[in-house]
Amino acid sequence: MLELSNVSNPPTSEVHFENLNLTLQRGVVNVLLGPTLSGKTPLMRLMAGLDPCVKGTLSIDGADVTGTSVQKRNVAMVYQQFINYPSLSVYENIASPLRIAGFELAEIDNRVQQAAGLLKLTPYLESLPSNLSGGQQQRTAIARAIVKGADLVLMDEPLGNLDYKLREELRYELPRIIEQSNAIFVYATTEPSEALLLNGNTVTLNNGQVTQNGPTMDVYNYPSSLSSLQTFSDPPVNHIQVNKEGSHFCVGGVPVIPVAAAHSTLADGRYNLALRPYHGSLEPQGFGQVALSMHLSSSEFTGSESFVHVDFFGAHWNFIAGGEITALVGEQMTIYVNPADFFIFNEAGLPLANLEPEA
Amino acid sequence: MAKIVLENLAHAYGDNPQQESDYALKRINYVWNDGEACALLGPSGCGKTTLLNIISGLLEPSEGRVYFDDTDVTHVPTKDKNIAQVFQFPVVYDTMTVAQNLAFPLVNRGFDQAKIILRVEEILDLLDLRHMANMKAKGLTADQKQKISLGRGLVRQDVNAVLFDEPLTVIDPLMKWELRSQLRALQKKVGQTMIYVTHDQIEALTFADRIAVMLDGAILQFGTPKELFERPSHTFVGYFIGSPGMNFFPCEIKDSTATVVGQNIDLKDSYGAPIGKLELGIRPEFVSLHERAHQSDGLPVVVESVEHLGRNKIVRLLAGESKFSALLSERTQIPKDPVAQFDANRICIYQDSFILEGEAQP
Amino acid sequence: MNKTWNNKAWWMVVPVVLLVAFSAIIPLMTVVNYAFQDTFGNNEFYWVGIEWFEDLMESDRFFDALQRNILFSCIILAIEVPLGIMIALSLPKSGWKVNVYLVLMALPLLIPWNVVGTIWQVFSRTDIGLLGNTLVSLGFDYNYTRDVLDAWITIVAMDVWHWTSLVVLLSYSGLVAIPEAYFQAARIDGASKWATFRYIQLPKMRGVLTIAILLRFMDSFKIYTEPMVLTGGGPGNSTTFMSIDLVKMAIGQFDLGPAAAMSLVYFMIILLICYAFFTVVTNMDKAETKTGGAS
Repeated sequence: MLELSNVSNPPTSEVHFENLNLTLQRGVVNVLLGPTLSGKTPLMRLMAGLDPCVKGTLSIDGADVTGTSVQKRNVAMVYQQFINYPSLSVYENIASPLRIAGFELAEIDNRVQQAAGLLKLTPYLESLPSNLSGGQQQRTAIARAIVKGADLVLMDEPLGNLDYKLREELRYELPRIIEQSNAIFVYATTEPSEALLLNGNTVTLNNGQVTQNGPTMDVYNYPSSLSSLQTFSDPPVNHIQVNKEGSHFCVGGVPVIPVAAAHSTLADGRYNLALRPYHGSLEPQGFGQVALSMHLSSSEFTGSESFVHVDFFGAHWNFIAGGEITALVGEQMTIYVNPADFFIFNEAGLPLANLEPEA
Repeated sequence: MAKIVLENLAHAYGDNPQQESDYALKRINYVWNDGEACALLGPSGCGKTTLLNIISGLLEPSEGRVYFDDTDVTHVPTKDKNIAQVFQFPVVYDTMTVAQNLAFPLVNRGFDQAKIILRVEEILDLLDLRHMANMKAKGLTADQKQKISLGRGLVRQDVNAVLFDEPLTVIDPLMKWELRSQLRALQKKVGQTMIYVTHDQIEALTFADRIAVMLDGAILQFGTPKELFERPSHTFVGYFIGSPGMNFFPCEIKDSTATVVGQNIDLKDSYGAPIGKLELGIRPEFVSLHERAHQSDGLPVVVESVEHLGRNKIVRLLAGESKFSALLSERTQIPKDPVAQFDANRICIYQDSFILEGEAQP
Repeated sequence: MNKTWNNKAWWMVVPVVLLVAFSAIIPLMTVVNYAFQDTFGNNEFYWVGIEWFEDLMESDRFFDALQRNILFSCIILAIEVPLGIMIALSLPKSGWKVNVYLVLMALPLLIPWNVVGTIWQVFSRTDIGLLGNTLVSLGFDYNYTRDVLDAWITIVAMDVWHWTSLVVLLSYSGLVAIPEAYFQAARIDGASKWATFRYIQLPKMRGVLTIAILLRFMDSFKIYTEPMVLTGGGPGNSTTFMSIDLVKMAIGQFDLGPAAAMSLVYFMIILLICYAFFTVVTNMDKAETKTGGAS
């Protein structure tokens, strides 16, 4: 378990955070999810010991390591760029941290073979990194990171430079690789879908603040703030500011969305509503749905489904529909939603007391 | 705006190409219609950037010709080709302001001052850059810079084509959604011929009217998003388009029956008795799971793992030796003892990796 | 608990501090000491306060030398920087030829200063020197030992020959670091050669050019060996730069006090100009980033 308590990083860092508290678990992958400049990399630098904690403490399994130097911390890091020793073979690349640590030859060979097997590199052990594809180069870097049995493995957008299809493969394999290891894994990414596929814990970050931390599906289904929800959605979540007046949420005095039974106890006032794009459909589906009328602003057809962009009382919303959209731009269309699917936050985008949103 | 014609186009980076594998681009004949949005889609090293650079004139092809409408432009230098291009990494002129950056291509071509101002204003509004029009480009973030690059690509209305080389690589996912749909809407509005190179299928599928899927310097299929999704003409296209890609099973075929893992599956069309390496392809979207107790015919499968995507889940399955996957809605329950069924209308048959057309049955 | 500070690292600096103390600070302090005293030999010193500095401020000899220095540095920068950039621009970006060019160009940089002076002294002689003799045979009235203008032209030519390569090497390293996409974009945007230079190459070379200008300024302002060997400061005092004057004063006339005062002023001038130049350039940088980043 890695624990940051009341930590501040050097003010010269590109994203500065003050009094940050965060606990990361062993045995699952901890995903740091947030857009560029949300503080993922500075946070990792802090965990690795590359940046000093200006304030607060960093402990691993209860042992304070705040002042320990990087060299003594037993960390491994994988970057977005494929960083390998260009003049060493894949085998030697993977073996290098073990040689530095002074392992016996037999043990080195044993571990390298095991890591190479896990990452499907066995046929390429004698090749030089420059002769490999991007995916294989990154596999080599990952193998090097896990082979020495580091206590803390940090991966900073490791799939960012890979082709879409290669990313798909590695995303599938990574959780299985992580399962084999006893390290604390931290994985930074900008992509919500990656966090979902890695399926461990997710920490949402925004502007140097931790907005939520918990098991991935909990964070996804029960966002604790509008900011956390927005960070953890792809396509972007639909959001609108409304005023509850009796049985309806209103925009500019016009009732636009009926209040679901589950939300009827809410006091009148200003709220933020948010709806995931796939919670709306072009045909009515099931109980409790209401019809909302919107104007089509554009649509994109992927061959199997369409991304529908609409204008709803001045807010830019999007939905996913099966098949191609025949409506013309500017035309009115009806979207069916279940009011109970809405996430409701108060005016400041924070959760409401005594209301668990239904997912 | 122009129609773009590629005739017997081939390119080798080495000096004296001897065999197939020396070519980065292998004999391509294609026509892009005037005003069409096209994408070149493929993995790294498939030759898509080479092809783009030949069209833009940054590279001269070893063989073949390129025509804009009816004019041969194979050896015309980039400057006179009258095209615009947006690169993977933002290229901005650091010392200029945002507005000056946008005006640059127009100023160089001696457009009239009033016209330039008008056009730059239009682009500023289009890309939502107005509030930073007078800022120096140097200190902007990567996605702001890339917006400027896009703007410079779109600022000239008289170009033959606008080329995009993986323009959204440096953009965050949420901003990607916004820029992508803006770009698409824009293309429809201005009707310029646009060619978009990417390895990201979603970008290609949503942007383009027609997509060329490339592998090893050759175009495997050139079709609409719907054709690529429903009837991929090569197994690689099936794998590359879709997430996860198409499932393939080695199979035996006799007329309208395929045998997969010892199970007979009825096909819509009849194929006679084909020879060679035969595969049955079915997209994960069209695999359904049923309780074995209720459905006797179907492939008995074992569920290996489930990945949640929020809206959908990927169910990894094992039938005999074959691994494959099904894409189900998050709300669908997975049966305890499942059998898998394939939607007969969606099955494609492949012979030595290429699609086999069957005959409709009476 | 706050971060525990480990102070062991400071001991690592000790050797450097000692080295700098013996090689720079202690000699400098000696000079400072001399600047306020007078001596008639025999190691006897008398305190004179700031008299030497007052003398210096009223000395035409000092201001003449200073003027010559400033003029020389300006000419050198005005010729070597543009010339260096032009040569760097005309070099190919890759291929084996580049290495040959670069090595050839680096050769003058490897020659010791006094050898350069000697080479040019012989080279420019009107009786046996290739350059001098050729010029005279062509009908030019050339003689660097007699004519002030000829002496200056020869010294400037010598310095350009000796040091332009440095500007070339620095500019070239800046040029090759520019990603190819910028040039492709410029071609597509229809930018002329001049516009490409003005808006891409020059801004991207600014960092290395700052260094090149600083180095060339400091070196040219301190110039001593080459003109000393070539002209000995003549004809008359026409090429007597501050450093030459200083040596004459200190060693020739053994006026240690005034020479020490002059060298301090000399040192301050160099420091001041470099500081001012550097501040201006970095502020330009900051100002640009600021206007750009405020979104």
